[in-house]
Amino acid sequence: MWVRLWRDPVWRAVFFQVLLILGVVAVVAWVINNTLTNLEHRGISTGFDFLSQSAGFGIIQTLVEYDESQSFGRTFLVGLLNTLLVSFLGVIFATILGFLIGVARLSSNWLLARLASTYIEIFRNIPLLLQIFFWYFAVLGVLPSPRQSINFFDAIFLNVRGISLPWPILDSGMEIVVWAGIASLVLAMGVAGLCRNYRRTKGRPLPHIKVIIASVIIGLPLLTAWLTNAHLQWEMPVLRGFNFSGGLVILPELAALWFALSIYTAAFIAEVVRSGIESVSKGQKEAAAALGLKPRRVLSLVVIPQAMRVIIPPLTNQYLNLIKNSSLATAIGYPDLVSVFAGTTLNQTGQAVEVIAMTMAVYLTISLTVSVLMNLYNRWVSLVER
Amino acid sequence: MIRKLKKWVAPALLLAAAGAQAETSSTTLETVLSKGYLSCGVNTGLPGFATPDEKGQWSGMDVDVCRGVAAAVLGDAGKVKYIPLTAKERFTALQSGEIDMLSRNTTWTLTRDASLGLNFAGVSYYDGQGFLVKKELGVTSAKQLDGAAVCIQSGTTTELNLADYFRSNGMKYQPVVFDTSDGTAKGFDSGRCDVLTSDQSQLYALRLRLSKPDQAVVLPEIISKEPLGPLVRQGDDQWFNIVKWSLFAMINAEELGLTSANIDKSKSSTDPSVRRFLGIEGPKGKGMGLKDNWAYQVVKQVGNYGEIFERNIGESSPLKIERGLNAQWSQGGILYAPPFR
Amino acid sequence: MEQKMIPAREPPVNSRGILGWARENLFASPSQSLVTLALLYGLYLFIPPFWQWAVMDASWTGSSRSDCTTEGACWAFVTARLDQFIYGFYPDSEIWRVNLFFAQLAVVLGWLMIPRIPGKKMALVIGLLVLPVTSWLILTGSLLGLPPVETHQWGGLMVTLVLALYGMLASLPVGVLLALGRRSSMPVVRTFCTAYIELWRGVPLITVLFMASVMLPLFVPEEIVFDKLVRAMIGIVMFQSAYMAEVVRGGLQAIPRGQVEACQSLGMGYWQSMLLVVLPQAIRLVIPGIVNTFIALFKDTSLVLVIGLFDLLSIVQAGLNDPQWLGSAVEGYLFAGFVFWLFCFGMSQYSQRLEKH
Repeated sequence: MWVRLWRDPVWRAVFFQVLLILGVVAVVAWVINNTLTNLEHRGISTGFDFLSQSAGFGIIQTLVEYDESQSFGRTFLVGLLNTLLVSFLGVIFATILGFLIGVARLSSNWLLARLASTYIEIFRNIPLLLQIFFWYFAVLGVLPSPRQSINFFDAIFLNVRGISLPWPILDSGMEIVVWAGIASLVLAMGVAGLCRNYRRTKGRPLPHIKVIIASVIIGLPLLTAWLTNAHLQWEMPVLRGFNFSGGLVILPELAALWFALSIYTAAFIAEVVRSGIESVSKGQKEAAAALGLKPRRVLSLVVIPQAMRVIIPPLTNQYLNLIKNSSLATAIGYPDLVSVFAGTTLNQTGQAVEVIAMTMAVYLTISLTVSVLMNLYNRWVSLVER
Repeated sequence: MIRKLKKWVAPALLLAAAGAQAETSSTTLETVLSKGYLSCGVNTGLPGFATPDEKGQWSGMDVDVCRGVAAAVLGDAGKVKYIPLTAKERFTALQSGEIDMLSRNTTWTLTRDASLGLNFAGVSYYDGQGFLVKKELGVTSAKQLDGAAVCIQSGTTTELNLADYFRSNGMKYQPVVFDTSDGTAKGFDSGRCDVLTSDQSQLYALRLRLSKPDQAVVLPEIISKEPLGPLVRQGDDQWFNIVKWSLFAMINAEELGLTSANIDKSKSSTDPSVRRFLGIEGPKGKGMGLKDNWAYQVVKQVGNYGEIFERNIGESSPLKIERGLNAQWSQGGILYAPPFR
Repeated sequence: MEQKMIPAREPPVNSRGILGWARENLFASPSQSLVTLALLYGLYLFIPPFWQWAVMDASWTGSSRSDCTTEGACWAFVTARLDQFIYGFYPDSEIWRVNLFFAQLAVVLGWLMIPRIPGKKMALVIGLLVLPVTSWLILTGSLLGLPPVETHQWGGLMVTLVLALYGMLASLPVGVLLALGRRSSMPVVRTFCTAYIELWRGVPLITVLFMASVMLPLFVPEEIVFDKLVRAMIGIVMFQSAYMAEVVRGGLQAIPRGQVEACQSLGMGYWQSMLLVVLPQAIRLVIPGIVNTFIALFKDTSLVLVIGLFDLLSIVQAGLNDPQWLGSAVEGYLFAGFVFWLFCFGMSQYSQRLEKH
């Protein structure tokens, strides 16, 4: 009887799975039990109460209001926003650089193609952490002190404490202008849609369309500014006391991380772009050229749109890698999630389990959300395929 | 599948176990005696307190506390395994049993005593947080530091004290954090920050690491109390006593005038407190599970507190720190060890 | 009528030889020429001064920064500390053991990678089973009666290689199991393996290392104490096996279903058909992918710096803090970068060659 059951694949599968569940439950229970005993034995407190306690330490860059008297929970938010900031900046810069180099890699100009592939081979084969250190300690760390700043037009100052830039002041007058700018963009998109429709139905483009769109985008805000008599005012960085104050300051930690992440990821994106472009069959390019399209238009109208379908999934992967790699911030003290929350907060509270679990959950959520979106996109792309 | 899985996993586990040492759940003293050496957590590198030389030999104040305990327990100050730890790792290393004691310039605070499951076994150095600035700034008091960028080691009490100090004085600052004290020195040297803050003893040590040490000054203000001392795990009172009294032995020896040089001669002394110290009469070592001459071993092999201070951080060291608070109570300091009785 | 073929005429002068090549590849059109000239000018601005700095004006020996009197690079920082960069704090008298470890590694890798040498299966068994054990015994000195060397005395390139090697060897079998599990027909096994893989692939290695160094001691009974290096290895293996599983899964997907069906019709069980038929083919297919994950792992070992282990990068970083060598950052990072690059570039060339075959 038992032998027969054992030989039956269905029963055997059930048996194995039950065994696996029991095994996993046993291991998890063992780990939890050990952890609880250890925590109790060592007198470490547990739970998430610490999140509402006062943090008591300062953070150098905060996108939301924060001071020492606020809670550890707030440090979580501050760190998360800083992670998102550097990831966002990195993604944009890496995409631009990666596309340029990927296209350059396939250029018919031998020298350009060679330099692009040299770039790729150098930067993707050196650990990112080393590149971050290089930028932070060897490049940005040897800049002059604030009083001897490198000065561009008395407006931009470069020193060892970062880059100080002028920053526009948004008073009530300017706010309207900003809104007008947004409105003009929306309007321009509408116009662009209209003329695309026109071209599709009439078979020829609307005359002077570029001029119309450009004048909408530039003209409307200017007109509003003139009507409301608003002047754009800039807050200039000024050397006051020890440091520059006013304006926008890009910290060297942020800059080093941003450069290193972008340059490193761009090497991978370039390879993604290259294989995407190579996936478009040669016949397509030749056909487009035969129709009389110039090389640049062949690239932008025929090759890139088709390549995008191949490029986007691995590109998203690179974006995810960039976000995860931004956690290396902790090595140079840029206040990201890992540095502030899984670093300082963990140290001040000692509650390793809770803090690390929360940190991992954040990255996991980002990754899973993006891969769900990616799957949706893939389904969408395969639907429009004819 | 599970059986097969086990077949695959078993060698991997064995491999991992090769690096893992199983320890029986005995007292720390028994563990140390059976291992034959003391595992002591120290700083990864702080001149005067714990630094390895090129051959990997450790020296410093904190290291000498470890050596003192090893001398008392094992009769040989050399039988110590030093585990260098960062500020972040130090408590978990002790909690997890990786080390037997932690002697790593750690400040005694209520939270650490009460909620980490650890006990401070005394104070080996009375410190306070101070500021190091470059001379060229012309700053003479910490009150003039409004708006300054401050280099600081993350995850330390220093970080909290700094925030308190600036807030209570209505000043602003930019915290520039680093993982190691070396990192803070490097940041300060490169000009990333105007001020370096740390325990004063460390400031003197870190100043040696600058490219131009004489261009930096320590400001007079001390903004916090930082009693530094060795730690042990809670729940093992015998071991707690051993570490505590090894430290007291060093302090008492200085008060009694016993040094590593003269302690052999003093065996013939008639002074009852000296005789109690040497274990010739009085409480001896049995109560703590040690040999009777444990205190003799500490002083003979490591020296008294004064000698340790002098050779590691005092006038005969590059740090040249004054005794100050760390002088004997009879000399105007606050070192006061309970008597051997 | 012409009976013979007319011999082809020589191509015009300006499409022949170097000139012709340059005309075609560098100066095809005015805009191309402009790009080429701009790039050449950029290279002219960068390369000669760099060469001057790094080689012509460089100082090669010395015992502190002040010994570097010339304008150029101070390679003395690297030469003076080279032993430390390679062996860490390993005792001088025992360094031959590290060299023996390097030699073992080189022999087995060479055996595996050079196609002409026979006995690849033998090499694989030695590499997977014998090498890790002997290396561990030699380096720690346990069981062999050699003076024990604690892992906290290890450092430099040696630690980088140890972490990469053990991370790789342990994650390969775990990754294969996970990949098989993810393609299993049993829903529980599949869910479990998928969850495991996605969990580790979704988080940064740094958090995994933090977890391994801070939380792992809490997960096991108090009597078990892992040392720091072993903890880091456990973290790396957990992380790496998830990536390895995805690579192997790619190979499994490429094996046609007919292969398994053929095995079944021969009466082979699941494990027999997997171990004897499917996996050997699948793994051979994904060797380039495995090499690529190994490159990623090799670079990622530098992250152990954040938990206080001294790999090549962190030992260079620590050396830069030495007051005697202040200001040698560029030299230090260039050196470390070059070593990492050499390993990674070599491996990626190897994997590209495999892909072409």
